[in-house]
Amino acid sequence: MAKQKLVLIGNGMAGIRAVEEVIKLSPEKFEITVFGSEPYPNYNRIELSKVLQGDTKIDDITLNNWQWYEENNILLYPGETVTVIDKDRQRIFTDKDRQVDFDKLIIATGSVPFMLPLPGADKEGVTAFRDIKDCEKMMECAKEYKKAVVIGGGLLGLEAARGLLNLGMEVDVVHIADYLMERQLDKTAGKMLQRELEEQGMNFLLEKQSAEITGKDRVEGLKFKDGEEIEADLVVMAVGIRPNISLAKESGIPVNRGIIVNDHLETQIPNIFAVGECAEHREMVYGLVSPLYQQGKEMALKICELEGEGYEGSVLSTQLKVSGVDVFSTGKINEEEGTKTIKVFDDWKGIYKKVLIDDGKITGAVLFGDTKDGNRLLSLINKGAAIEEYTDTDGADEVGADLVAGMPDEEIICGCNGVTKGAIVESINRQGLSTVEEVKGCTNASRSCGGCKSLVSELLEHTLGDEFNQNIKESICACTTLSKEEVVEEIKAKGLTHTKEVMNVLGWNSEEGCSKCKPALNYYLGMLNPKEYQDEKQSRFVNERLHANIQKDGTYSVVPRMYGGVTNSNDLRKIADVADKYEVKLIKVTGGQRLDLLGVEKEDLPHIWSELDMPSGSAYSKGLRTVKTCVGADFCRFGTQDSIGLGVRLEKKFEGLNTPHKVKMSVSACPRNCAEGSVKDIGVVGLDGEFEIYVGGNGGTHMRKAELLCKVKTEEEVIDTSAAFLQYYREDATYLERTSAWVERVGFDKIKSVLSDKKKFMDLNHRMNEALSVLKDPWKEALEDQNILKDLYQNVKVPSDSY
Amino acid sequence: METLLNEVFVAKVEDLPEKIGKTTVVGELELAIFKLDNGRIHAIENRCPHKGGVLAEGMVSGEHVFCPMHDWKISVKDGKVQEPDEGCVQTFDVAIKNGEVYVLLPDK
Ligand code: SRM
Ligand SMILES: Cc1cc2nc3c(=O)[nH]c(=O)nc-3n(C[C@H](O)[C@H](O)[C@H](O)COP(=O)(O)OP(=O)(O)OC[C@H]3O[C@@H](n4cnc5c(N)ncnc54)[C@H](O)[C@@H]3O)c2cc1C
Ligand code: SF4
Ligand code: FES
Repeated sequence: MAKQKLVLIGNGMAGIRAVEEVIKLSPEKFEITVFGSEPYPNYNRIELSKVLQGDTKIDDITLNNWQWYEENNILLYPGETVTVIDKDRQRIFTDKDRQVDFDKLIIATGSVPFMLPLPGADKEGVTAFRDIKDCEKMMECAKEYKKAVVIGGGLLGLEAARGLLNLGMEVDVVHIADYLMERQLDKTAGKMLQRELEEQGMNFLLEKQSAEITGKDRVEGLKFKDGEEIEADLVVMAVGIRPNISLAKESGIPVNRGIIVNDHLETQIPNIFAVGECAEHREMVYGLVSPLYQQGKEMALKICELEGEGYEGSVLSTQLKVSGVDVFSTGKINEEEGTKTIKVFDDWKGIYKKVLIDDGKITGAVLFGDTKDGNRLLSLINKGAAIEEYTDTDGADEVGADLVAGMPDEEIICGCNGVTKGAIVESINRQGLSTVEEVKGCTNASRSCGGCKSLVSELLEHTLGDEFNQNIKESICACTTLSKEEVVEEIKAKGLTHTKEVMNVLGWNSEEGCSKCKPALNYYLGMLNPKEYQDEKQSRFVNERLHANIQKDGTYSVVPRMYGGVTNSNDLRKIADVADKYEVKLIKVTGGQRLDLLGVEKEDLPHIWSELDMPSGSAYSKGLRTVKTCVGADFCRFGTQDSIGLGVRLEKKFEGLNTPHKVKMSVSACPRNCAEGSVKDIGVVGLDGEFEIYVGGNGGTHMRKAELLCKVKTEEEVIDTSAAFLQYYREDATYLERTSAWVERVGFDKIKSVLSDKKKFMDLNHRMNEALSVLKDPWKEALEDQNILKDLYQNVKVPSDSY
Repeated sequence: METLLNEVFVAKVEDLPEKIGKTTVVGELELAIFKLDNGRIHAIENRCPHKGGVLAEGMVSGEHVFCPMHDWKISVKDGKVQEPDEGCVQTFDVAIKNGEVYVLLPDK
């Protein structure tokens, strides 16, 4: 039988999921053609928030790659918009003058962001937050400009605001209501949320109505109805979305707010279906993926001419994807007359929980601070469960695997994709799954917003029991199923001495590992056995093999040590001479208080080092980078301590040390903290008569404020405490884990308690000294070893006459 | 049509480091030569098909090299870029005679 022609308009989340369902049901029935206005394969729109917040990259949010379309014989026209549907002749037309006939048509055109029709809304620097293009626009803008204003204090607006903060902008959020997310939260939760976000650095202007966007070609400010005005280099409108129905409407397909569909997602025109945000079902238009996916399932049954129960509408739940904030709400938000509630309010810990009950049944919930009950409440509401079913099992203290153990099989784990505990457990058992990634691949759980990842991992743990522990928590890389802890234990127990031996003995599934596990093993081996271990050059990333940072054009940079940021005329003269002689492309003052010579040819590196005759600054290393200092007591009118002197001592002590990731330190001489101790791995602040030691700060991709570890009286104590902290980090952290991430994972209290144990403190110091005792300056080492010079730094040059 | 190949001497086998690439400049051409754990020697163009990364400085694992720029995995044997990325680099035949390494290059 000839295949039927199925055409999809809209290459987005709802449409493609529906097509996946169709292929699952009837792989051979249709010849499928897809049109999408955006020039990409189907991507995870939800994760745009995470892209903006810097947690993932645009390249990583693809849901169906080009290959998927090919493998499923789907003809995709990316970057092509359907302009007309001829519903009588069953044919569509595109903006590239293509026409295609269909037997069945799916309209999944999604929504368009609603742009307030303010005067000036067409100026440069005004954007929505809907697609990759918007996201890129904001990221570009953040590079050049400072001041962002987000109009709209709902989910989307707050996620955008968090992203812009992460991109280094100052952010004002303008909102028309008197508290945030008023459609998903009650006032108590809304206010708690506001307080939390204010602490993260957002500024709110509530009960404000925008009137005009000012500026010439580009925005310069925003004016309100009450006459007040604020500055803005970027205005993001996140005030809502509208179903994208213009195409359907113009083609004579009946619409209301959205394209009207029945329980089988059929429009009122035969053979034409609509699904997703553009569809209106029982007077509801949805703006979250979970209902859209349910719709897609039912529609696929109908398209494949199979029996289905039909789609009956969904109860929604919302979660805010801003790190450090847990908010969840579902069903009814505000009490009406006759509604009873269960409320827990712990202002101290910042936890708020409200469950709404009507006629003995759960009808809604708002959770703040602790949202682990969220999905359970959602499924109880969906079941129409009595409140007892919740209160009887309300194990407030249950966590992790115990919590999932207590869940019934029909409980939904992944809200977006409607995947139940039962379904996940079954595929774990039947298909032998052992990682969250595998579960995602087989069941779709955690494939959309990712909010349920921790539950999935707990289910794995619960289902596999001991096997899971041996199996993967997080394996080092795809070459092995062993975790870092297990590998380290095995190295110790079996006395393994080099990377290849580790791989052989521990059953790596690749002969020589990969670019992830090789350097990791090399680090662990050296950390465990500093005196004997022979560092493997071939297991080092180029920067740490050549002791210079590789640049995009294959040249390198040279950063000599400048202890504590202090230099002298002699060193500066040498640097200047070398820069001239080797025609260095750029001399730059780095963010780490020293000088960088950029654009050096590999073969020149040893000559430059030799002429500089200064130690390596390790600007390339997973090790100690810099110790920034402020001017301190000798010069500064507020200085209390010799910050430069202490900084130099610290840098001299720890230079050349290998650590799981890079380590940055600073010493300031008063609480003004000019050396920025709050964003350092170790930040020392001198006070009159004592020092504060802060740890776990990070000023990079994931900003984290350092926490006060302890106060000590003397410089010696600062040095010993730093040594103990660093050694504990060296031994306990996973390779490539910064102290900030490690502190978060292990828990600050745990670290504090280990370091306050006298015996452990001394042992850590002892092992640190052992590690330090074998260090050599790598530049000197290279200069003194003809083999290193020849193997690593010299190219082979074939004279042209021999060829 | 036949292409003439030149055997070009590059180095003694013993002079090549193991599991680390060697940048080799022959006229206009830049090669990355690898001596693998199994003793085999391979030569490929020293230019990653992604953004021109210098492959000679990549980490070598088995018969693959990981580009130092963005970690693409490339076979040093047949020059193929491994999934999920795509592409290939030019490979050159290598002959070893009396402990000397020759690369076979097309005539200028
Ligand atoms: C040279 C310098 C920029 C400058 O001109 O000022 C620099 C340059 C690079 N940084 Fe940086 N960072 C430099 C200071 C910083 C700072 C500021 C500071 O140290 O005070 C930060 C934020 C503070 C922090 O780390 O907590 C910083 C956060 C990063 C990050 C993000 C780290 C994180 O944990 O999120 C990376 C990426 C990484 O390490 O994985 C990075 C990586 C890089 C690399 C090595 C990227 C690479 O792998 O090629 C850059 C090398 C450029 C090149 O072509 O040579 N650089 N980098 C600075 C060197 C300081 C020094 O003297 O050693
Ligand atoms: C930043 C952000 C964060 C979000 N976070 C969440 C979240 O945490 N949880 C959640 O459940 N939901 C979230 N959402 C909402 C979710 O992304 C949408 O509900 C979902 O993507 C809608 O799917 P859709 O297929 O209906 O529309 P879309 O994914 O928008 O797809 C429609 C596609 O059709 C194309 N198109 C339109 N007209 C035509 C035409 N005439 N011809 C060809 N192509 C056309 C469009 O270009 C678009 O690519 C978020 C959305 C955004 C923007
Ligand atoms: S930290 Fe204190 S001592 Fe250092 S420069 Fe600032 S004010 Fe002066
Ligand atoms: S240049 Fe080689 S991976 Fe990008």
